[in-house]
Amino acid sequence: MSAPVLASPSRRLVLQAGGGLSLAFLFGGRVSAQDASPQAKLEAAAAGDAAFAPNAFIRIDKTGPIRLVIPNVDMGQGIYATEAAMMAEELEVGLGQVVVEHAPPIEPLYQTPLFKSQITGGSTSVRAFYKGLRQVGAAARTMLVGAAAEQWGVPAESLKAENGKVVDPANNRSATYGELAEAAAKQPVPDLEKVALKEPKDFKLLGTPFRRVDTADKTNGKLEFGIDSKVEGMQVATLALCPHVGGKVKSLKIDEAKKVPGVRDVIQIEGGVAVSGKHFWAAKMGLEALEIEWDEGPHADFSTESHFKALDETSRTGKALVAASEGDVTKVTGKKVEAIYRLPMLAHAALEPLNATVHVRPDACEIWVGTQVPVRAVQIAAKVAGLREDQVILHQHYLGGGFGRRLEVDSIETAVKFAKQVPYPLKLVWTREEDMQHDVPRPAYLDRMSATLGDDGFPLAFTDRVTGASVAARWAPVILRKDGFDSDTTECAAEMVYHVPNTHVEWAPFQMPEALPIGWWRGVGPTHNLFTVESFFDELAHAAGKDPVEYRLKLLSKNPRAAATLKDAAGKIGWGEKIGPRRGRGIATGAPFGAFTTAAVEVEVSPQGEIRIVKAVCSVDCGVVMNPNTVEAQIQGGLVFGWTMALYGALTYENGAAQQSNFHDYRMMRMNETPHIDVSILKSGEAPGGIGEVGTAIAAPALTNAIFAATGVRIRELPIDRKLLIENGDAKKKNVTEREAPDRKAPKRDLAEATAAGGAS
Amino acid sequence: MIRVYLKLVVFLGLVALVGAAGFAGWRFATSDAEVSAADVTPTPELIEKGRYLTAAADCAACHTTPGGKPFAGGVAFDLPFGTIYSTNITADDSTGIGLWSDDEFVRALHKGVGKDGRNLYPAFPYTSYTGLTRDDAVAIKAYLFSLPKERVAEKENTLAFPFNQRWAMTFWNVAFLDQKRFRPDPGLDHVANRGAYLATALGHCGECHTPRNLAFALSGKEFAGAEIRGWHAYNITPDRDEGVGAWTDSQLASYLSTGHAEGRGAASGPMAEVIVNSTKLLTKPDIDALVAYMRTVEPRKGDGGVRVAESPKSMTTSTAWAAAPSGAENGLGAKVFQGACASCHQWNGKGQQTPYAALAGTRAVSDPEGVNLVHVMLEGTDLRSVHQAAWMPKFAEAYTDAELAAVANYVIGHFGGKEGKVTPEMVSERRATAK
Amino acid sequence: MISINVNGEDRQVDGPEDMPLLWALRDVLGMTGTKFGCGVAQCGACTVHVNGQAVRSCVLPIGTLKDAKVTTVEAVGQSEQGKKIQQAWLDVEVVQCGYCQSGQIMSAAALLQHNPNPSDADIDAAMSGNICRCGTYVRVRQAIKQAATGEKVAMQTIPNDAEAVR
Ligand code: FES
Ligand code: FES
Repeated sequence: MSAPVLASPSRRLVLQAGGGLSLAFLFGGRVSAQDASPQAKLEAAAAGDAAFAPNAFIRIDKTGPIRLVIPNVDMGQGIYATEAAMMAEELEVGLGQVVVEHAPPIEPLYQTPLFKSQITGGSTSVRAFYKGLRQVGAAARTMLVGAAAEQWGVPAESLKAENGKVVDPANNRSATYGELAEAAAKQPVPDLEKVALKEPKDFKLLGTPFRRVDTADKTNGKLEFGIDSKVEGMQVATLALCPHVGGKVKSLKIDEAKKVPGVRDVIQIEGGVAVSGKHFWAAKMGLEALEIEWDEGPHADFSTESHFKALDETSRTGKALVAASEGDVTKVTGKKVEAIYRLPMLAHAALEPLNATVHVRPDACEIWVGTQVPVRAVQIAAKVAGLREDQVILHQHYLGGGFGRRLEVDSIETAVKFAKQVPYPLKLVWTREEDMQHDVPRPAYLDRMSATLGDDGFPLAFTDRVTGASVAARWAPVILRKDGFDSDTTECAAEMVYHVPNTHVEWAPFQMPEALPIGWWRGVGPTHNLFTVESFFDELAHAAGKDPVEYRLKLLSKNPRAAATLKDAAGKIGWGEKIGPRRGRGIATGAPFGAFTTAAVEVEVSPQGEIRIVKAVCSVDCGVVMNPNTVEAQIQGGLVFGWTMALYGALTYENGAAQQSNFHDYRMMRMNETPHIDVSILKSGEAPGGIGEVGTAIAAPALTNAIFAATGVRIRELPIDRKLLIENGDAKKKNVTEREAPDRKAPKRDLAEATAAGGAS
Repeated sequence: MIRVYLKLVVFLGLVALVGAAGFAGWRFATSDAEVSAADVTPTPELIEKGRYLTAAADCAACHTTPGGKPFAGGVAFDLPFGTIYSTNITADDSTGIGLWSDDEFVRALHKGVGKDGRNLYPAFPYTSYTGLTRDDAVAIKAYLFSLPKERVAEKENTLAFPFNQRWAMTFWNVAFLDQKRFRPDPGLDHVANRGAYLATALGHCGECHTPRNLAFALSGKEFAGAEIRGWHAYNITPDRDEGVGAWTDSQLASYLSTGHAEGRGAASGPMAEVIVNSTKLLTKPDIDALVAYMRTVEPRKGDGGVRVAESPKSMTTSTAWAAAPSGAENGLGAKVFQGACASCHQWNGKGQQTPYAALAGTRAVSDPEGVNLVHVMLEGTDLRSVHQAAWMPKFAEAYTDAELAAVANYVIGHFGGKEGKVTPEMVSERRATAK
Repeated sequence: MISINVNGEDRQVDGPEDMPLLWALRDVLGMTGTKFGCGVAQCGACTVHVNGQAVRSCVLPIGTLKDAKVTTVEAVGQSEQGKKIQQAWLDVEVVQCGYCQSGQIMSAAALLQHNPNPSDADIDAAMSGNICRCGTYVRVRQAIKQAATGEKVAMQTIPNDAEAVR
């Protein structure tokens, strides 16, 4: 199996066929000149001229490898191999016999049912396509076997498919799929819902550590990310956008820039300026030679400090929408524990800086980019270029990290705005600084948690009032509840793994300035809520004077899958074993994205407050496993991503401008801070869960709970303020979150409020 | 801080009450007379000469804010007794010096008196500029007047009493302003004398490199090293241990014209600004003259001088890609260095990608207190206008006091061969003064 | 025109002396295997070898190269150590998004060149300048060990060639 070739069928045909087909039609069907149904036209467009294209995903020619079309995009999760394996498993071919292709942007064919849109995100790919892609594989195999049976005049039942061939064991003959392709195309298309699928125990491919399709080309420089695209006649550009959100260019002097050798054009849009040239360096030097004056716009007073003040105000007085309510929390009496948690805004900082190569012609717009949302990219490009969507051709590339950033099309919109002013293909490359300062950040949250403990120390009531802005309200309003409730804001809090008899979880919506859109960030709701919930339940265990693992296990009595991961991880980290001074173990459990997960971490905190993760274990039950190698990789990487957030992540604003700019001030965990991470995958026959964001979602609370165990300091605000961890023998100082605002320029808390609410006592 | 302040108050009081009268008489008697003349009409040649002299006098350092309009002022000087802002010296009539006559401009440089007759604060180095020839002063004015006029609101100084009493500067001037034009030293050749003029009257090197006395005036320990904006302005006398006596002429020349000298490291902080704004613009003969003059200065030792030790083994036995085992490699400092620093600085002291990243032989890593070292980490450096790759981002935001102290101590040990004494508290204090 | 020697070939670059090697490679010579991540020597995505040493091409002016020999990820597999590293990367399946991996491979190959049998601490010291946003550090460490010792220290992947299909 090798890396995808770019497939770009005619969009025109596709759009003439119209959209809006329901999911039921998506699989099955085949190309036929006579069949003029819209579905067939779509598929014909996607299929090109393959001899046998039984559906939108499988192409078999007389010669050459079998081509599989992958509906999702790769941003590191290895989805090409995983989805190819789903098809190959039922099609009975080896992964070495196939090549994979990026799906073209044709929403009705390649949409993720959950979003009703062609989107890769939310750890949904495996969950969404596990059944469907096996069905299309099985259907194609049935047709190939049927074709052979007809040719040889034997019953299909006497034949079997293996290794890309149909074999007739009785007569000792076989035919390759290529040889059967044309005949198979004439076979009736089986009803997808009726084709028999293998039992997981019979899988040959799924469940074993198979290799990804892209590894080789990612180790020899051959694989092209969007930023690597090369288009005849293209010029490279880089840009400066107004540093203040919602601001614009006030005045511009270009003379000096035009003098820089290699500079071609200075191009202006309302919110910024780009310089194009022979190469990035010329463009960058040109950009630096510009004299730009900015109009700060209407949000120059936006700052992280003012933002948290406003969040706090909404948290106290804002109207809330109820996420989940069980029993009656107001009727319960007992020991009350309260706490306020604060989470900052976050930058994505994917390692491939934002970029897009765009060529706008009078009758077409061609785009080379790596995007999680190809269809949205086409739509926005058409709008900006003043073209029809069928005049937009999108060349999908691999993504040098997505993490939610490439679910946005702002960069593509910007690139088209610039590119339509020049006659040549324009490759627009953001500097790291521009990428970071014009992120669509993860929103900040301020959550008030409380619990009432019974005499046995276990919670009788739990409440969580989340305050923050909704990403979905802008990005996918369709997923909101009728009253506007956004389940992402409370995900993993409203549906905890623990059983508490009386619970009330609600969300107080907060409105961001319009000029500062907020976006999805790896782990979305669960990353936010598992930190607060798992920290808070750790607080409850300590308030009850109980061991955090025992405490959780008792609360998990109705949740055996979660409990199993908890026991497994606790055992592997050596829970309860003796440990040195200023060392501690922490644990966190949850079920984000349908995967039951426990992370356990051992840390050492130096007397100066420096944190070292000594070792880490993650135990996961994510249902049927597609590729254990990928699961392990995603968990390991996800944990590092989540710890990086916990230790260093905060995008702060002052005067409406982001203050961080590059990796020297938006810090990343590095290899010498990363412990060995032991991933334990529990055997399970349950439906597959997501895995891409699970590690990230569970990372932070395991770490901060370990820090509490090591130091007695409860971290209720991220990123961890290491000043709070300095050992000074002063007990009051040790638990500063209960005492005063940590001394960072970002979130300033309300002192009185924190004092009143803080503390597990 | 409070103590300095109190001492200054007492000192100024004493000067005012006791010494003034007699001393003043003596000062007047020895001062050079001011010649008055009509304003000259600027010629292109005069303006060009003024441009060069303005660079040599490094006016931009104090009168241009980073990214701001040239010479429009507004640069803040945080002094122990308050903040002074530099003034707009463009030719704008209302907020600049557009209405000043040549005489008034020359008087400001020579006597520290503004157009309105009020005393200027000696943050403006008129104690050095007093040595300028009138012709040079007029040329500088001609150049400044040839530039775009900038209208900017003046920023109020925030000086505490009694330092906000400008009249008191009269007494200070009596004590510390030696109003004399530069006179060649007959004991030096004309090259060294040209260097002396560049170093004193124009370049006012002593304003940073000469220690100040309690009244904030330059002491007699010329060029023996001082502190400026929290940085060490190192000893630049020919003292072999603490000064630049062991530097070769070409090292000195290279340092002044490019901000870097092989085996001596790169300039950073305020000196980097001097190089960018001033010395890199000097002609080769003038650089040579400066070097020649510096050789003739009396070698002196200052307080807290930094001595570069023999190259330490930890560094010389390291390679470009790996540190020789020293026992420090698992410490916090080494870890931070591995991640954030080694890509450019490497372990063998030679630097990577650019020679500006070389740490071997630098005084910054030889100072156990790591004064400049910590400042560089907190503020970064920028010599990009000299050499594209000669800069470093600031690491203040994402690294804790403990981490920066640890990495400073690691660097001092590994590259300087000394035991670093930097504490998190020291880093925290320097953060306060860092830009 | 500045002449630079890349992967054994003398190439002409039409650009200023102070242009970083990264852009000469990517935008002038069309060799996009070397990646741009930060431009400030903080991430390592742009790592190439200059005379066998791992350097950050984003801050290396081409004017300073003179006769130096530049090796990029496109040719690192021609050396024994580079080949070993690439193979280990495949076997252990290090990559995720892959964007940092050119740089990781170059740093790792240089490390093995100079230290054929690095300890975990040696690996951390040599590799910590390379950021991986996807967090592949655990496997990078394992793959370098495996490349150095030949011992299988992590979950191995099954190759996808046709013969391997059962
Ligand atoms: S791009 Fe060169 S180190 Fe990041
Ligand atoms: S694999 Fe994505 S950044 Fe390293």
